[in-house]
Amino acid sequence: MTDLLLLVVTGVGLGALYFLAASGLSLIYGLMGVLNFAHGAFMMAGSYAGWWTMTSLLPASMPVAARLGIAVVVAIVVGAVVGLLVEVVLIRPLYRRHIQQVLVTVGLALASVAAAQGIWGADPKPLPKPEWMSQTTQLLGARLPNDRFVFILVALALYLGLLALLHLTQLGLVIRAGVENRTMVEALGINVRRTFTIVFSIGGAAAGLAGLLYSQYSGTVSPAQGGSLLIYAFIVVVIGGMGSLTGTAVAAVTVGLVQQLANYYAASGVGDLSVVLLLALVLLLRPSAMKGAMA
Amino acid sequence: MRSPTLSTSEATEPPRPSAAVTPPVGQRGPAKAWLPVLPAVLVVAILAYLPYVPVEVPGLLPWRVNGPGSMQLVATCLVMAGIALSYDVIFGRTGLLSFGHALFVAAGSYLLTISLASWSLPLWAAIVVALAFTTVLALLVGAIALRVGGIAFAMVTLAFAQAASIIVLRNPGDVTGGEEGTSLPRAAIPDLLVGVANAPYRYWLALAFAVVAAVTVTMLVRSRAGHAMAAVRENEARAAVLGFPVYRVKLLAIVVGAFLGGLGGVVHALVLGGSSPHITTTEFTLSLLVMVVLGGAGRTWGALLGGFLYHYADARLVEVSGSSLFQALPEVAGQVLAQPLFILGVFFMVVVYFAPTGLAGLGARLFRKGRL
Repeated sequence: MTDLLLLVVTGVGLGALYFLAASGLSLIYGLMGVLNFAHGAFMMAGSYAGWWTMTSLLPASMPVAARLGIAVVVAIVVGAVVGLLVEVVLIRPLYRRHIQQVLVTVGLALASVAAAQGIWGADPKPLPKPEWMSQTTQLLGARLPNDRFVFILVALALYLGLLALLHLTQLGLVIRAGVENRTMVEALGINVRRTFTIVFSIGGAAAGLAGLLYSQYSGTVSPAQGGSLLIYAFIVVVIGGMGSLTGTAVAAVTVGLVQQLANYYAASGVGDLSVVLLLALVLLLRPSAMKGAMA
Repeated sequence: MRSPTLSTSEATEPPRPSAAVTPPVGQRGPAKAWLPVLPAVLVVAILAYLPYVPVEVPGLLPWRVNGPGSMQLVATCLVMAGIALSYDVIFGRTGLLSFGHALFVAAGSYLLTISLASWSLPLWAAIVVALAFTTVLALLVGAIALRVGGIAFAMVTLAFAQAASIIVLRNPGDVTGGEEGTSLPRAAIPDLLVGVANAPYRYWLALAFAVVAAVTVTMLVRSRAGHAMAAVRENEARAAVLGFPVYRVKLLAIVVGAFLGGLGGVVHALVLGGSSPHITTTEFTLSLLVMVVLGGAGRTWGALLGGFLYHYADARLVEVSGSSLFQALPEVAGQVLAQPLFILGVFFMVVVYFAPTGLAGLGARLFRKGRL
């Protein structure tokens, strides 16, 4: 029982990280039909910006938690700015040419990982972690790692924030309408392109946050991190129905849980495989769900 | 050559777009039929003669052309050219954005080494096992992934390839060797393919693979199935309305591409003496995509050239970056430029923007301009 509780909490914690990475991806895909391979680069930008803030920018005398707090803000801002620049400079000229847009983000992903390797080296760099986050909390006999609660709370906040943005604001109305039928929104005289830029920077901000928190989760910063998280984010986006925020949230938690439970109860490594199996099952059972969101 | 599978439901003529891409041979006069083949034959003849050329080409290759180092490098370039061409059957010819091609190359390579090392099969049986299994795998993965289209297809193939990558890294039953990879057992390989002195034979093997891939793809493209693939690429809905069995055409493209990719994996393992987990990664598939787009998607010469040049650049740029040209730059810029993937990634983006038809398309355009 205590094992199960531990697995559920860590699984949901992992799912929270997947949601942070996948939410921006799903929004961008839903609205613009762009499969953003550079999302891994956004995450990398966030985690390196956070690492640099925590180790070089701020004095080591500051408490780690305060430094992390500032680093989170820096990571979000850097992610948003990178997302904005990528959209304006690289994606916009290729408007409506989806394959080329994917290709450009692939090139950007390759080049940025290589650049990070050139500047900081391929080896993982240790990232300071607040004392409290590496401790555990005793709950119903299980020792639960505290950082998972942080991830879950942050993901929940992002989920609620995005929901509020989508359903309570004018911008959200345009985004939802754009996901539903982009041509009609344009025909009504609304500037969808400006929305594209905003959505890309929101996605970049979420990715920057996800990158820094994933680095907190693994304790290190490395160029390859974004790519490995990105693949699970892709799977989550597909299972979640591509473009649906709630679907993405449910899929993220499911994938995190399946991965943790299978890794524990079967052999290590089975969890990663069962995630792919889950994807195949979803595709076989309800392929129509994904065709609905096709561009 | 595979038209019987399609001819039942395909009573219409091949559509125009495909006819524009590859003019049928039959329309030329019989005297000129050999003309388009001539450059290919010349290139193959020159490449086949390279092991007898004992000169140094400063700047291009660091050693003598027929030295073992150069032979190995050019052989690997040729294998990558063939593998890039196999990917182009799926991406450039049929318009399917697959991110899982590494799966098939890795299947060919790893099944060869595993069936030789762990199951002690003779070489011919190991090759048959590797190719048969790769083909069945392609049928399975293709059948599932083709249930969705477009970008979702890309993500699903990516997930399957990732699963294979995870399996290889976990090293089940100690057969894949995990991160280290596995090497071919010395006893199971003919003596001709082993050792530094026999590098030219491995080179000819690689060249033979590239030629087989090029001939197969050329024949496929000119067959009815090839025309159907072009029709699906140009306009899938129109092809479906015209009565093409779109699902089966796409599956055929995946299976043929996977078979050639698996063959490429087998040759890759023979040339390099083993399998490394690098060829299972998403990065490897992405590099195939980059090769094909750099060279020119949907063009046989383009994919071959792209694969060859990409691998050559990847292997050689590291040495160029150590040269005096780079010493003058600030340290950080030098470190970034020392990464071959950075240069290739940026170059790739430039090609996507300014030369969407790739190097082959650019070459064809210049050639036509010159003649006018």
